Amino acid sequence: MTEIGLGHYLTLGAVIFSIGIIGIFLNRKNIIVILMSIELILLAVNINLVSFSIFLGDLVGQVFTLFILTVAAAEAAIGLAIIVVYYRNSGTIRVEEIDNLKG
Amino acid sequence: MIAHSIFFYTFSVIAVVSAIMVTVSKNTVHSVFFLILDFISISCLFIMIGAEFLGMIMLIVYVGAVAVLFLFVVMMLNVAQQKNQWFASEESSKHIPVGLIISVIIFFELIIVIGGWKYKPDLFDINNSINPSTISNTHALGQILYTDYIHVFQISGMILLVAMIGAIVLTFRKREGVKKQSYIKQISRERDEGVQNLEVDNNKGVKIDD
Repeated sequence: MTEIGLGHYLTLGAVIFSIGIIGIFLNRKNIIVILMSIELILLAVNINLVSFSIFLGDLVGQVFTLFILTVAAAEAAIGLAIIVVYYRNSGTIRVEEIDNLKG
Repeated sequence: MIAHSIFFYTFSVIAVVSAIMVTVSKNTVHSVFFLILDFISISCLFIMIGAEFLGMIMLIVYVGAVAVLFLFVVMMLNVAQQKNQWFASEESSKHIPVGLIISVIIFFELIIVIGGWKYKPDLFDINNSINPSTISNTHALGQILYTDYIHVFQISGMILLVAMIGAIVLTFRKREGVKKQSYIKQISRERDEGVQNLEVDNNKGVKIDD
């Protein structure tokens, strides 16, 4: 209990990952919160990579965390730009009302 | 070691609670604030575990750039006042049990994977290739990143460039009816289009620009 090992960090990552999944499924408000849930999921992945990298003594995990950070920033910028354009065109970003594709 | 565990539990409890608050908060601005809190506590964990560079980069990139970007968009789009209506309509409440079941299944799968990894033999016997006492984390990371992973590093820079151009192109809008200065038009103006000699009749006046 007092000895913090790899399992503790991985469990924290799993918990945050699951909360992100819940956020995507349960969100009825607007798409921005869904984007934030995706950020949470990427954060959980980063926790896993960094804890493995530290506990196994291999720095490559941290390098890949850096690249995941880059891709997450790019994804957030593009996603928010798409949301801004959609809001300008249709006036709403509520999740239920976005059904132009009829999926 | 007891201090390490105390700090770990503090930061992880803050991180988990704020992650829950991101998803259930009624106000979108509050969600962004809880996202910032989540990132800060996770970066504290990273710094504590020994990945100082990533912790600091996380603070700069996420809290300094991404979260502020979220805040800007939330405030621009005027959606902060929209109330969270989970249980308002019948069709929206149907999603809740399915989402809960799927996320609980994913959580237990991850726990099983972690348990299997934990009981794997010779887990911690892998020798440390880095020596933390001689060089710092940032130094070691830079030595790997700029030699072995230089191509991936440059490709990630290209990804950032493409994302920047894409965001600008997506949100660019040509405004109608805005008066703009056109240097080409100003410079290439001749005397003939600017000045005109007119015969003015008595008591009649002149109409220009018809």
